[in-house]
Amino acid sequence: MNARDTAAAAPEYDSAAEGYNFAYLDEQTKRMIRRALLKAVAVPGYQVPFAAREMPLPFGWGTGGIQVTASIIGRDDTLKVIDQGSDETTNAVNIRRFFARTAGVKTTRRTVEASIVQTRHRIPETPLTDKQILVYQVPNPEPLFRLEPRVAESRKLHALADYGLISVKLYEDIVHHGSIATTYDYPVIVNNRYLASPSPIPKYDNPKMHMNAALQLFGAGRERRIHAIPPYTPVRSLDFDDHPFEVQSWDHACALCGSTNSFLDEMIVDDSGKRMFVCSDSDYCHERRTEQAGANEAGEQA
Amino acid sequence: MTAPTPLLSARALTKQFGGRNGCRNVSFDLYPGEVLCIVGESGSGKTTLLNTLALRTEADSGTLHYTSANRDHLDLRALSEPRRRLLMRTEWGFVQQNPREGLRTGVSAGANIGEPLMAVGARHYGQIRATATQWMERVELDATRIDELPAAFSGGMQQRLQIARNLVTGPRLVFMDEPTAGLDVSVQARLLDLLRSLTATLHLSVLIVTHDIGVARLLAHRLMVMQGGEVVEAGLTDQVLDDPQHPYTQTLVSSVLPV
Repeated sequence: MNARDTAAAAPEYDSAAEGYNFAYLDEQTKRMIRRALLKAVAVPGYQVPFAAREMPLPFGWGTGGIQVTASIIGRDDTLKVIDQGSDETTNAVNIRRFFARTAGVKTTRRTVEASIVQTRHRIPETPLTDKQILVYQVPNPEPLFRLEPRVAESRKLHALADYGLISVKLYEDIVHHGSIATTYDYPVIVNNRYLASPSPIPKYDNPKMHMNAALQLFGAGRERRIHAIPPYTPVRSLDFDDHPFEVQSWDHACALCGSTNSFLDEMIVDDSGKRMFVCSDSDYCHERRTEQAGANEAGEQA
Repeated sequence: MTAPTPLLSARALTKQFGGRNGCRNVSFDLYPGEVLCIVGESGSGKTTLLNTLALRTEADSGTLHYTSANRDHLDLRALSEPRRRLLMRTEWGFVQQNPREGLRTGVSAGANIGEPLMAVGARHYGQIRATATQWMERVELDATRIDELPAAFSGGMQQRLQIARNLVTGPRLVFMDEPTAGLDVSVQARLLDLLRSLTATLHLSVLIVTHDIGVARLLAHRLMVMQGGEVVEAGLTDQVLDDPQHPYTQTLVSSVLPV
């Protein structure tokens, strides 16, 4: 398999990245990004511009997240990368291998072991701790983009906290679908001040951002913006009084681990349209199955 | 009885573009409930004046004062951007000549009327929708078409939609830039009728820019005639139109085609 977890810093990977600085980016670039990160943490939800570099992967594949990770990662860190909740998808595998090679850090698939989790589309089901940092890959950090095409004007709206416009989007949702049909990238107000786009995570994960113990960093490479949610910051999802914010729910339990309180993916498993619901968070599902197997074995022995 | 305080008062207001055009040295008072018409030929600085008054362009010199709903006497030119925007959201309206500029074309008619409400903090979908329906009816639009895009409405309907959107927050002062231009004559007449009844019932102060003497005659209490960026004549509508003093006003009045 091409992206084995490296329990210890692997020397053979180091040699593969010879000639590169630690974690690929040069130190000046990292300093620049760290300055932007400090500003972003100081003003929660505010989009800080930064000079995104060309990265060895296309825009939209996580250039923002990868630059943020590269500038905060240290030799003692353990990295976990998830894409759509899974550790096994192309994007996750490649970014994990990228950092294993260029930084020689330990990588893992277990949420509890990781000190940095780079993510696309999900927040892990396992609650994060204050020792962990969650890095999001953000395609478009501007929640007003579809509503106000002028960049200067939307920055002014942010500056004046003039957010009537975003309610128009929710209003239109109810008009067309009878309920707020936005299911991912659901707009939030961070720290009761800035309107932010939480990257395309399902709205199921929005409540997890509220008062989260972990530091949450958002990097948008193509749009050249960084924003952040510091630990224990209030994050409110927008709604109407008579159409309150609700997360998705399923009539099914996970077909593999039986979990009824995780985000489920619907998979079509054969040509006749047979479907199956499984946890989108592969690590969570795996942990639960291991636990269940252990309990069963203990039960048989008794 | 004390004299009423003017709602908007301008003194020696000047806005020019590189020392030319624009408007020069305009002074007037607008009282609550009054409809003031600015007429003049194209290029006479009417729209520049309106934009300057509505704080859409920055004046070069002069003073501009406004008495807000809670009796504050505001120096508009010194007002901070957040206060200006709050004023525009809550106490003012601006009706554009072209309804497509004043409307949000990508969202439904209901959302267009509801947007100013949401901008001032309305967060109850049912109430926003009820208010939008009410206003559709008030401006004589079919309320069942509330979910259609502005593009689905005719030009005259779009203009009425824009008026509804501007009046929904209950403004005290509305600026209108040639609201009836580009509409056919019968639609113009209905729109003018609507505007006249709305301004009367809502006790609105209105500043209308137009080049159409008929609009002025029908709507305005007072008139300002502009030529080459300056006000050449001002006074009560009937007085100015029936007994024009300035040569330009005389030409303007006599150039209206008799029907």
